[in-house]
Amino acid sequence: MSNRVINILVPVISVIIGLIVGAIVMAVSGYNAVDGYIALWNGIFGDSYTIGETIRQITPYILAGLAVAFAFRTGLFNIGVEGQLIMGWAAAAYVGYAVEGLPKFIHLPLALIAAALAGAFWAFIAGVLKARFNVHEVIATIMLNYIALHVSNALIKVWADGGDKTQRILETASLRSPFLESITQYSRLHWGIIVALLMVVVMWFILDKTTRGYELKAVGFNHHAAEYSGMSVRRNIILAMTISGMFAGLGGAMEALGTFEYVGIKGGFTGIGFDGIAVALLGANTPLGVIFGATLFGSLQNGALNMPNEAGIPTEIVSIIIALIIFFVASGYVIRVLLEKFNSKKEGK
Amino acid sequence: MEYVIEMLGIRKEFGGFVANNNITLQLKKGEIHALLGENGAGKSTLMNVLFGLYQPEAGEIKVRGKSVKITDPNVANDLGIGMVHQHFMLVENFTVTENIILGAEPTKGGIVNIKKAANEIQALSEKYGLDVDANAKIQDISVGMQQRVEILKTLYRGAEILIFDEPTASLTPQEITELIQIMKRLIQEGKSIIIITHKLKEIMDVSDRVTIIRKGEGIGTVVTAETNTDQLAEMMVGRQVTFKTEKGPANPTEEVLNVQDLVVLDYRGVERIKKLNLTVRKGEIVGIAGIDGNGQTELIEAITGLRKIKSGKVLMNGQDVTNKKPRQITETGLGHIPSDRHKHGLVLDFTIGHNIALQTYYQEPFSKMSIMNYKEVSKKAKQIIEEFDVRSGHGEASLARSLSGGNQQKAIIGREIDRNPDLLIAALPTRGLDVGAIEFIHKRLIEQRDKGKAVLLISFELDEVMNVSDRIAVIHDGEILDIVEPKETNEQELGLLMAGEKRKSAGAVKGDE
Ligand SMILES: Nc1ncnc2c1ncn2[C@@H]1O[C@H](COP(=O)(O)OP(=O)(O)OP(=O)(O)O)[C@@H](O)[C@H]1O
Ligand SMILES: [Mg+2]
Repeated sequence: MSNRVINILVPVISVIIGLIVGAIVMAVSGYNAVDGYIALWNGIFGDSYTIGETIRQITPYILAGLAVAFAFRTGLFNIGVEGQLIMGWAAAAYVGYAVEGLPKFIHLPLALIAAALAGAFWAFIAGVLKARFNVHEVIATIMLNYIALHVSNALIKVWADGGDKTQRILETASLRSPFLESITQYSRLHWGIIVALLMVVVMWFILDKTTRGYELKAVGFNHHAAEYSGMSVRRNIILAMTISGMFAGLGGAMEALGTFEYVGIKGGFTGIGFDGIAVALLGANTPLGVIFGATLFGSLQNGALNMPNEAGIPTEIVSIIIALIIFFVASGYVIRVLLEKFNSKKEGK
Repeated sequence: MEYVIEMLGIRKEFGGFVANNNITLQLKKGEIHALLGENGAGKSTLMNVLFGLYQPEAGEIKVRGKSVKITDPNVANDLGIGMVHQHFMLVENFTVTENIILGAEPTKGGIVNIKKAANEIQALSEKYGLDVDANAKIQDISVGMQQRVEILKTLYRGAEILIFDEPTASLTPQEITELIQIMKRLIQEGKSIIIITHKLKEIMDVSDRVTIIRKGEGIGTVVTAETNTDQLAEMMVGRQVTFKTEKGPANPTEEVLNVQDLVVLDYRGVERIKKLNLTVRKGEIVGIAGIDGNGQTELIEAITGLRKIKSGKVLMNGQDVTNKKPRQITETGLGHIPSDRHKHGLVLDFTIGHNIALQTYYQEPFSKMSIMNYKEVSKKAKQIIEEFDVRSGHGEASLARSLSGGNQQKAIIGREIDRNPDLLIAALPTRGLDVGAIEFIHKRLIEQRDKGKAVLLISFELDEVMNVSDRIAVIHDGEILDIVEPKETNEQELGLLMAGEKRKSAGAVKGDE
């Protein structure tokens, strides 16, 4: 078995083990596992509507995953993706409804840029705190998450004149498309997936092609050596954080300009930013891996909605099953070690 | 004669690259057995197999005559095998005792009895003359004592067989003498020792027998008393090695480096460089001799821009570079082989190719309009790997981490010399290199000099300073105590100077002119 084969086998075997354990849980609690998985499958790929909804669900996960992965690759742990995404969501929605009279080809990019900048700014604060005052980014970003939640809620209250959500964004800022809706039985599928995939390319390009990417990685791996070679460690830390936040902000734009077309007051966190951590880890922090992680996460999340309806399995059990599958994929390392042991034994003979 | 360890026909591969092939090593009870081989020959790999860190693909290991499978270091521990790694594995802000019992804590009803352990460790330390304070914190003790803590750790766990991987590479000459005494005492107490070292003199001094490996193949085992350093070097490299580097007289011209009244503080705020003056001219090699901890690190870091200068001036090629950023200083024509290759010299998680570009990545042809040209990077890397004989599993695509210590060092030296800097600061450049590689590096340093470049060499090895330098500046307590020429001095006199005693003879000048 070559390394390549092992790389592909590991996630496949992990998912299968997760499914088997999930089946046991269903069987033990008195539900039909086969019915359950058929419902899950139908919830993901059942018809063009569910496929559209699944892709829509995957979109913000990709961006949140990229944000976490980018930070990881440059030696930073960005727990603040959630807050950056919330700021991006608010900024995109505001520009989406308040700026009037622009053609779509200006208004939509403007709203996207506003979201990217808002997320970037929020992460920039944490970057500066780390680079200048040595405040650990985990602490700073956790605090900034709460601040983002309350700042965005306060802004929305002002924007909505005391209401609990803003006006709908103008059509000129929307990512939605009658065409995509018509081919998916009026799901909420929107063009955001193209933005997300474009950003996957952007992350790969920055890290693997640009001179700045070389610096960012060097600083992340060994800041002593980076300093020795004349790189500015502080500037690179701030920049890495800012780029990471830009991806997160765009994740918020997907909700503002695609899925919901407004921003509302939130009782708590969206969770997308935190799930981004799992997505990035599942994808081993590589751009392509993030697509894989987001697809798994988004599909399971969306498919799970169908399990109570179609197979009568209570949502609590469904959550356990989804968590189990993700757990096994995340423990892929163990499976890799086992595979390699098995492999070397075979070759040893 | 009874063997305590027999490694028979060992083979170890890393993804298709054969690091050990059919190697046999037999350790007698009560002997010191040296393991000798070039950088990347596979010595550390072989010892990691014995310690259970790697599983061999073929071969047999016998301990006290019984065939065993050493699946992990715990098994090795149970078999009485202990290892002192080249890079210590100690927790900086724990005490000596805490470090030693870590993972094998003596507990009573769930409570760790630190006091009892500390007493035991103190007793053990006295028994073997290790002179370790069981209650000191690791961060406060010298490298030599840290190593003795590692030795104590293995003894505390009941090791009968001790493996030392390049124990002398990071020690000062005084500490090396002490270590040799300790090893002899361990043998008297019935222990057996395997030692890896590149210093042939040490092998002649301490070992009973030597096993030699070359490029992963076992060459043979010889009795130390029946051999000499020339024969050992030849068996190891496969050709004759000259130890004394040939060089003509120096032709120094104008000044490259001028350090004036330099004052530098260490991280605690203590003055470590005290009004130091030094000049280096084009076409000469200036060696800095001194005992570790007399300000060498602070001096280099101040010149290269890695540490703040409190007062005084540094001129590079006539330009004032005092407290400038490292890159600005580098661009005035400075090259730097750092003393700590893992901390400053390499990004261990980059490939060796990407590390070759560490100083020049932003310049053409490696970077054009902010886009990296990794093809050019790998072309350059291939050239340096070839020229400096950097050996690794997968050429320039190998992770720096996977290279043997000596080959990591050769890659850094190659990177810095290839840039052809006006002034090359070489801090402990040959640490961990084999004799063949040392010969080669010395030649390259002299070649730089003959091309009209300057070299500032910092070394703890008196041989090296005496052989390679044109002028020797003796540093003591943050000052240049004296400047001497190798021809007019000897190791004794240098030793006294390094200890802080000023030379009385005429002709000697204080400071620099
Ligand atoms: N984990 C690894 N993965 C891939 N290659 C490795 C690994 N460890 C060692 N090697 C390769 O195996 C060879 C032998 O390495 P080893 O560290 O045993 O050399 P060594 O004899 O100890 O050299 P040195 O004197 O420089 O320390 C080297 O070419 C090295 O690149
Ligand atoms: Mg080694």
